[in-house]
Amino acid sequence: MGVLARADAASIAARLDDAPALPAHSRLRGPETGLVMARGRQGGDGAPFNLGEVTVTRCSVRLADGTVGHAYVAGRDARQAELAAVLDAALQDPAARPALLAAVIEPLAAEQAARAARDAARAAATRVEFFTMATMR
Amino acid sequence: MTLTPGFADPVPDAQSCFRALLEAMARPGRVQRIKALPEAPVPLAPAAAAALLTLADAETPVWTDGGPAAEAWLRFHAGCPLVAGPGDAAFLLAVGGMPALASLEAGTEEEPHRSATLILQVAALEQGEGWHLSGPGIEHVHRLRVEGLPPGFLAEWSANAARFPRGADLLLCAGTRLAALPRTTRIEEAG
Amino acid sequence: MAYVAVKGGERAIEAAHAWLAEERRGDPALPELTLAQIEAQLGLAVDRVMAEGACHDRGLAALAIKQARGDLIEAAFLLRAYRTTLPRFGASNPIETDAMRIRRRISATYKELPGGQVLGPTFDYTHRLLDFALAAEGGTVPPAPERRTDAVPMPRVTGLLAQEGLMAPEPPSEAEPPDLTREPLGFPADRPLRLQALARGDEGFLLSLGYSTQRGYGNAHPFVGEIRMGAVTVEFEPPELGFPIELGEITVTECQMVNQFAGSRTEPPQFTRGYGLVFGHGERKAMAMALVDRALRAEELGEPVEAPAQNQEFVLYHCDNVEATGFVEHLKLPHYVDFQSELEKIRLLRREAEGE
Repeated sequence: MGVLARADAASIAARLDDAPALPAHSRLRGPETGLVMARGRQGGDGAPFNLGEVTVTRCSVRLADGTVGHAYVAGRDARQAELAAVLDAALQDPAARPALLAAVIEPLAAEQAARAARDAARAAATRVEFFTMATMR
Repeated sequence: MTLTPGFADPVPDAQSCFRALLEAMARPGRVQRIKALPEAPVPLAPAAAAALLTLADAETPVWTDGGPAAEAWLRFHAGCPLVAGPGDAAFLLAVGGMPALASLEAGTEEEPHRSATLILQVAALEQGEGWHLSGPGIEHVHRLRVEGLPPGFLAEWSANAARFPRGADLLLCAGTRLAALPRTTRIEEAG
Repeated sequence: MAYVAVKGGERAIEAAHAWLAEERRGDPALPELTLAQIEAQLGLAVDRVMAEGACHDRGLAALAIKQARGDLIEAAFLLRAYRTTLPRFGASNPIETDAMRIRRRISATYKELPGGQVLGPTFDYTHRLLDFALAAEGGTVPPAPERRTDAVPMPRVTGLLAQEGLMAPEPPSEAEPPDLTREPLGFPADRPLRLQALARGDEGFLLSLGYSTQRGYGNAHPFVGEIRMGAVTVEFEPPELGFPIELGEITVTECQMVNQFAGSRTEPPQFTRGYGLVFGHGERKAMAMALVDRALRAEELGEPVEAPAQNQEFVLYHCDNVEATGFVEHLKLPHYVDFQSELEKIRLLRREAEGE
């Protein structure tokens, strides 16, 4: 779910082109956009406080066999939320799961990991390497 | 347990239901018919379910005796927290017996609007016969017949009125119909 | 002061708004700004509008900036107004800033700290000389250097001090915090409520107040224990699921200001924290917030409350730029009737003075 929450609708749809067709679904709720109050902790590790709200789009769907899928994703991308909800439902089917994981979730996770690694590498390039100037008084 | 959908078109449906609830509260005893109805699970009456979907959200604690299917449905579609004690709820949906009105949140003298609203499913509602209602929102008299109330209801209702401005409000629902009894409405038995 | 409703300006208002729209667009010979351009190239403006609008949505903030013609307070106002139209699904689990994917992390208290000093994309060490190369469009930007390393843990600096027992611990709590957007501000305001107000407070106001604490109005001796900026995962537990799920990542900036504390009858001398946390990359705001948070803790720490930055009512009633704008700008509304009475009074006083 976290992987789908971090991916936009277009990149999920692109992966679905190479995946087994998703089952038909009906909408149970949404997609609808609302807010989740993001909380922090005072001092970083103390009592919670309300930092501010984040837009979130949610969707819940039901497949013909009754399986229900849910998705909550940050932002206002209704298509992303609906695709994520259908995938959540479809992934509950043990027969369909491996192919969908391989075609959709794993490649998206790899893309996200690569982006995160690039960020980390740029950050690491700005890490200061102190050397001690022994003569400095 | 399978979840059923809520309002087909949440924003307009909730708006039209809210309009009907306003009408009902503004004209106590007049029966409103709710047009946009959710697919509520048994044992929820469609009008009662629509009212709760319209009024309840993540910030309103709800109490219900409607059983696990109703609880799951409400938690899902209204996003409301469910509480075990009737006195802790902002909205209550009673399908079996009526919780004692005196046990419900009645607000404070400073903030009487912080009181509970009880949505009560009854067997039948008919306007133009039965009780004589008077009070704010009623020019002369409205008549309302309600079937399926507990025997001591009128005594509880007058005790509720005596707490004014504190007190609970009541929404009576039967099938797709509902009528409101705000705390200011006086009831006289037909006779 | 009261103001009166007047009618009759409709056509003038329509014409004014039409002119505003034209001014907003500017010279039609120039390409129109896209929201993607604002999001990507005016990212810090977007961050500020999200922080002060108290609503994290980069696209909406970019739209607000475009609509407000770059007036960031007006844009925060637009975002605040829009958020009131959306339902609240609930509250997230508190974000874990120690698990942040760090883009920047510095400490002024320790040179060598586990994980090191990571400068990130900063204005620091630039020479603040206007770069005329940017005035010439179409230049390509070479990619920033990368250094592939194993992930290094970056524990919080305050944790290092706490291990030695030198940092006042934050009492563990899972108490439901008060919410300004639901209940009006009341006093005394406890720290979670104050932090919410500061997190959405005006950067300029907090900056000046924070500055005042350094200049003697509030007896502060702060050190930047740590500033960290990067992506954190937001987790939310939908009631229908009963377990937390990830909503996505947001960028936040956190500042831990370390202050000395002389100790009291019950507490040994130790360091105390001022805390700042804001949406987006907002280092100045996070630092100012941390200074003001520490100043506002004066009372709980048994310090004298003398300076403006230590006065809860002064700070919290005035830090919100949307509220402040509303009250200052309402002076533009027609006050014809009460001004007439003021005029009458002045004329009367004049006549009396002349008569004497």
